[in-house]
Amino acid sequence: MIERLLARLPRGARAVAWVGILVGLLAFWVALPPVQIRQPIVPILIGVVGIGLGIGALSRGVRRLAWGAVVIGILGIALGYLATRSSVDHLDEVVVWSALTAAMLRYATPLAFAAMGGIFCERSGVVNIGLEGMMLSGAFFGILGADKLDSWALGLLCAALAGAGFALIHAFFSIHLRADQIVGGFAINFLALGITGYLFIDIYGGEGTPPNIPNIPDVHLGFLKDWYFIGPVLGQLNLMIWLAALTILATWVVMFKTPIGLRIRAVGEHPRAADTVGISVYKIRYASVVLSGVLAALGGAYLSIGFLNSFNQNMTAGRGYIALAAVIFGNWRPWGAAAAALLFGFSSALAQRLPAYSESAAVLFQALPYVLTLIAVAGVIGRSIPPAAVGRPYKKQ
Amino acid sequence: VTEGPLPVEGAGKVEGPPTGGGPEASLASRLALAQKAGGVVVPLLTTVLAFLIGGLVVLATTGKNPFTTYKAIFEGAGFNWFFQVGSYELRIPFTHAHIPFPWNTNDFDSIAAVNLQQTLIFWVPLVFTGLAVAFAFRCGMFNIGGQGQYLVGSIMGLWVGSSLPQLPGFLHIVAAILAGAVAGAAWAGIAGLLKALVGAHEVISTIMLNWIAVWVGVFLFGLGGPLQNDTQEFVPVSNDVLDESKLKVFWGDPLLQGLHVGFFVAIAALVVYWITLNRTTLGYEVRAVGYNPEAARYGGISVARNYFLAMAIAGMFAGLAGAIDIVGWQYRINTNDVLTSSIGFVGIAVALLGRNTAFGVMLAGLLFAGLVTGTSTRNLDPEIFRPELASNLTLLIQGLVVLFVGADVLILSLLGLRKRRRRRAAVEAG
Repeated sequence: MIERLLARLPRGARAVAWVGILVGLLAFWVALPPVQIRQPIVPILIGVVGIGLGIGALSRGVRRLAWGAVVIGILGIALGYLATRSSVDHLDEVVVWSALTAAMLRYATPLAFAAMGGIFCERSGVVNIGLEGMMLSGAFFGILGADKLDSWALGLLCAALAGAGFALIHAFFSIHLRADQIVGGFAINFLALGITGYLFIDIYGGEGTPPNIPNIPDVHLGFLKDWYFIGPVLGQLNLMIWLAALTILATWVVMFKTPIGLRIRAVGEHPRAADTVGISVYKIRYASVVLSGVLAALGGAYLSIGFLNSFNQNMTAGRGYIALAAVIFGNWRPWGAAAAALLFGFSSALAQRLPAYSESAAVLFQALPYVLTLIAVAGVIGRSIPPAAVGRPYKKQ
Repeated sequence: VTEGPLPVEGAGKVEGPPTGGGPEASLASRLALAQKAGGVVVPLLTTVLAFLIGGLVVLATTGKNPFTTYKAIFEGAGFNWFFQVGSYELRIPFTHAHIPFPWNTNDFDSIAAVNLQQTLIFWVPLVFTGLAVAFAFRCGMFNIGGQGQYLVGSIMGLWVGSSLPQLPGFLHIVAAILAGAVAGAAWAGIAGLLKALVGAHEVISTIMLNWIAVWVGVFLFGLGGPLQNDTQEFVPVSNDVLDESKLKVFWGDPLLQGLHVGFFVAIAALVVYWITLNRTTLGYEVRAVGYNPEAARYGGISVARNYFLAMAIAGMFAGLAGAIDIVGWQYRINTNDVLTSSIGFVGIAVALLGRNTAFGVMLAGLLFAGLVTGTSTRNLDPEIFRPELASNLTLLIQGLVVLFVGADVLILSLLGLRKRRRRRAAVEAG
């Protein structure tokens, strides 16, 4: 196992470029707490080393990674320099690694759920713009179920059913009726917004959801309490965060290590060929779309009964689209999408703390996921290649 | 081996030769076919079906009579104005001359007139954002970015409209509106350029651009932001546009949001849209690319250039909507507007229901503008139906319309099937 992992490590010039990237990051890191070096020359020197490694790799024919090392080196110098100039109080207030990491996990969880759903759906060849709506339905029906049935577990079940319901509509229109999948997903978003808003007003009126709804519990790991860094980060996380980690693992296993995953991918790449060897394209696609609805809804339910403990109209506020961005940014791969969800979660966590520097500019961090994804689809950093048959309805012969 | 009607390619970058089977019909060509075959039948059926389901929801959840509810929404939208025929007078705009007119334009004694003004105020941006989606559709692209283009248009319109006090009135208005149009065109142009150069799928890039525009707007007008109000330090709102750069109100009381002259710009835009698509080389090329990019390329048309141009023109329409809304009746932006506005998204429903034609966009825009206005807290009689509920009913109906319009194949095939069956029955009967 370890040998296989070692064999996959980059070698030669690629390894140099990777080291360059890490050194570039180090240039910024040394200027932050807890190391917090105050002399600007230190991050500058480290950054220059990183750039040098990048240029070295560049001269030996590694293109993208090497440019990445150069850019990160420059960014590391700039940000590291800024950090040494900024006041210690501000730095200490903003950069609390354990709190930032815990917040990152909280923000990333709903994204990770929906992104895994998106991977199933798109890998099977169905575009899912409707993740946002499915998430919103999960958020509402999750809290409704938890409130009326007095159990968070039944709330989660309600959320999953609601997400499956919306996904079924999407599946029926895009698979059986061969309607345009983007239009269909878009309609799902409108529908979910209308239905959840309507029922929310009808049931809860102007007062909003009551405060004493059973919530998804936190997992207390007491024995971790005294561990440096790990204790404060992992010691008290919501159950759904652990479930999200499991879901990512399960997605990877199912998608790449089981025959079912192979079938899903085959249907998404070349449905005709899959059909020829006896795979039911419709069945696989239906199952994948419904599963994506369930997962997105679970992410939404985490928002309402795990994180915020209330519901508002349109409370997902674009998180479904960020999840979609994570799928694309992660190149339709579970680990890639999970990493993207973490990155986007981190930018949200930062946006919440940065007002110490500038109240208005901190908001711009909310736009980071979208900017990064735009850059990704532009092909500047790696190419994002979707499943070949995504968006195309299949007609049996 | 044909794969049936194939719509626009999915997420990410798919822009290459078709992988399997015969020539691929693009989204535009499919829509054109549906248009020929279904005409106005499909949109009408779609609308009726959506309202029917909406009515059932009303009945099931509140037990209220759906027809009374719809009638209240209809009156809230002011559409009953057209039925209140009498002998009245109309003042010719910008003069003091009066001519006889069958409808009552005096909003002191006609609530319907006031409501209709509201509807038409909302109709103006819906026409523009509808055209923004429709124009891109005709080039085979799905412009989901109307919302972002609308926002940057309104931001630039507001910035120009609220600064430069030395500029004379008329020029100022023109400058503000042009700034909005250019901003919208540039914003959509990014997506068009990415599609043209590297084949990035426009749906993804426009969704991303939407949200970037939202957060840029929140940044600009939020507390401490660069364009936040100069006098009210703790209100996340922009400065007002200067008085001389406000559009003239030609119907109704300017203090109570009368209908502004942007109404005529919207009508002009509908005409320009029709002429550009149907009577110019540009429109010909755009439609050719929309029908079949490969064939267009073979015919010597630069597909990349048309992708970019079509997107930029689409963005220009949406940017115009934003700027005209600002100088027409909003006069300022607060961060909440930026976060909750959805005109660009309703524009998608307008274009889909209007089948991407000028006339269709005009009518569909009127329907949705009426729905939104008729269900607003200001216009809907709360005795009959709660406006908060009704505005969500509007969203529901919009969603259903989009869903069913997307499934035009179903409706068409149902129609076709019945015809075929009837024909077969007729043959068998001899």
